[in-house]
Amino acid sequence: MRHLLSTQDISRDEAVRILDTAAQMAATQGREIKKLPTLRGRTVVNLFYEDSTRTRISFETAAKRLSADVINFSAKGSSVSKGESLKDTALTLQAMGADAVVCRHQASGAPHLLANAGWLDAAVVNAGDGMHQHPTQALLDAFTMRRHLATYLAGGAARPDDDVADGTDLAGLRVAIVGDVLHSRVARSNVHLLATLGAHVTLVAPPTLLPVGVQTWPCDVSFDLDATLRDVAPDAIMMLRVQRERMSGSGSGGGAFFPNPLEYTRKYGLDPRRLATLAPHAIVMHPGPMNRGLEISAEAADSPRSVIVEQVGNGVAVRMAVLYLLLSGDNSEGTTL
Amino acid sequence: MSTTTILRGARPTGGDPVDLVLRDGVIAEILDEGTASHEGAAVVDATGLVALPGLVDLHTHLREPGREDAETIASGTRAAAAGGFTAVHAMANTTPVADTAGVVEQVWRIGRDAGWVDVHPVGAVSVGLDGTQLAELGAMADSAARVRVFSDDGKCVHDPILMRRALEYVKAFDGVVAQHAQEPRLTEGAQMNEGVVSAEIGLTGWPAVAEEAIIARDVLLAEHVGSRLHVCHLSTAGSVDLVRWAKKRGVDVTAEVTPHHLLLTDDLARDYDPTFKVNPPLRTAEDVEAVRAGLADGTIDIVATDHAPHTREDKDCEWAAAAFGMTGLETALSVVQATMVDTGRMNWADVARVLSAAPARIGRIDSGDRAQGRPLAVGEPANVVLVDPAATRVVDGAEQATASTNTPFRGRELPGRVVATFLRGRATVLDGSPVEVTA
Repeated sequence: MRHLLSTQDISRDEAVRILDTAAQMAATQGREIKKLPTLRGRTVVNLFYEDSTRTRISFETAAKRLSADVINFSAKGSSVSKGESLKDTALTLQAMGADAVVCRHQASGAPHLLANAGWLDAAVVNAGDGMHQHPTQALLDAFTMRRHLATYLAGGAARPDDDVADGTDLAGLRVAIVGDVLHSRVARSNVHLLATLGAHVTLVAPPTLLPVGVQTWPCDVSFDLDATLRDVAPDAIMMLRVQRERMSGSGSGGGAFFPNPLEYTRKYGLDPRRLATLAPHAIVMHPGPMNRGLEISAEAADSPRSVIVEQVGNGVAVRMAVLYLLLSGDNSEGTTL
Repeated sequence: MSTTTILRGARPTGGDPVDLVLRDGVIAEILDEGTASHEGAAVVDATGLVALPGLVDLHTHLREPGREDAETIASGTRAAAAGGFTAVHAMANTTPVADTAGVVEQVWRIGRDAGWVDVHPVGAVSVGLDGTQLAELGAMADSAARVRVFSDDGKCVHDPILMRRALEYVKAFDGVVAQHAQEPRLTEGAQMNEGVVSAEIGLTGWPAVAEEAIIARDVLLAEHVGSRLHVCHLSTAGSVDLVRWAKKRGVDVTAEVTPHHLLLTDDLARDYDPTFKVNPPLRTAEDVEAVRAGLADGTIDIVATDHAPHTREDKDCEWAAAAFGMTGLETALSVVQATMVDTGRMNWADVARVLSAAPARIGRIDSGDRAQGRPLAVGEPANVVLVDPAATRVVDGAEQATASTNTPFRGRELPGRVVATFLRGRATVLDGSPVEVTA
């Protein structure tokens, strides 16, 4: 595999290798001089059709710490049906000699097209496409879970461990992913990656926010957060962002996915009461940006269990690992990620 | 028109070989194989070829007027002839919309002058396909184009009272409303069949129920007002059940299925290649089986192409930005052979029924001096297609006669080849190639 498009394409060994590499990258980030010479002379283009300052900065930081030249190509505001076509943009980047293209796009499948349409030779990294996938988010989530919980799962102490042994996966981990699964590329990416790594995933959402067809996914599905917290007792709980427009629906109304924010929070929010029911070692995650008071309470977001800020930092290490593995040509194990 | 053509050794609807003698635009004689001879006659060696009545498409998008960059009436009807058709119904969603006598007469006249097939314009049900006000259905019916099929295809006549009025109104001239069954609220932003694949690849779903709910409503409306209803491009197992139920009740409903819904499934969306983006969307393998069964048992009356040419730029892009639709005129017969004949579910007489006789009857073009869909019998119009069922070919959009290349069968090997097409005795296709009309 020359690209990172979907967590469905990643084998267990490939995933673990990325996490191991990310751990090495993370170790370098504690140094005073954080920059590595690895990708000197290589060009990474951040092609963002959707506004996402957080993800773009994370990729930009990762590429720069590896000494790559970074070009930010913001096509935000140009809808899929207006402006320059994706094809012409791709041909332009090809002519400019891009080695990797990090693509964020509102249309599901756009990175897949970039990688496979024959327009571009560069490695393509999917930085989030429509409702499809956001693989580096899932990888950084898995990295965060491994750091906090792998040692505990192996019978050790429940504390962050920067020396998790290479080759460690997430076998036996119980994860609850709560919220708007239907529209979430984060959920799709996580379900597949976590299953590949041996974790047990339970999706929790109102039925309106689960896709038809979810029954074929490698996970359990629940409509009841309290029952899941009680019966599954997750080691990690991941709260998904609920977008404001989901509350009103489209057109003349009636298409809202839930009655109102209060009801959503009552049934699916991580409030202080639910926070208190978590196991002592359990961690609280959120891909950001958060709607405090809606899907997650301030108490949960700011609690010692919250690893939300750490997720952001781990994002840089994971994206360094991905860019390194895609561009360094070091494919000694025969897998190219 | 005194030329005589002998189709030597042809097998009418797959039967025993005979010599078909075409003269003065009609089938003049049907003689024992090898016995026909006529001074100055053109002889076509049809040994081993199946002769079918000229095919009739009830659902073609010719794009003219308005999108001549994707297809023109001339290029589209040339493609139709290459596919074995002698008549097509040109859908109304052009620019301007075919919602007045003026537009339908223009389409009809350009089609007549092109000379490849008979072009029967479909009239819009509502002004501008807006779904609010009835178009001048009577004026279109009375025009030179003699419109009998009315459709807002591309859009659903979703307002139940407008649908009721249209169904009632067209009774005055024995018309039919051809419904594009798609509940609009259930399909806002829809990109592909809603199911396992859409859940996985993150494209907004187009649920089967959005089609079935409209069909259920419309068959009940048609029953209530005693009107004739035609269901366009039926695509789901549930739709087949509904039409079967309605026919059992005696509702005057007919239904069509497209070649692509007989063969292709929503798995093809996984690569985000918009060639496979179509409305209604490709469904599941269970749906494909159901529409095949429905076509075989007569629940589905006809195969219609929904030939929908699009420019390269409208398909060479992100799935969500791409246009809905696929070409089909030049592959329809092959797909029907592959899915229905070669599988033993239908014979060639059935093919003649679903691709010629029944669509002509639904469109009310099966009588008069330009009758279509008639049996291969002495005295009938010499609309004949010769098919080599033993031939195979690999589909290549660039080699087709249509002006667009968005064929979903690209790279697939399909059985059957149209060798020759005759429109009232005149060859429009010979040796598999269109015969250009010389002035």
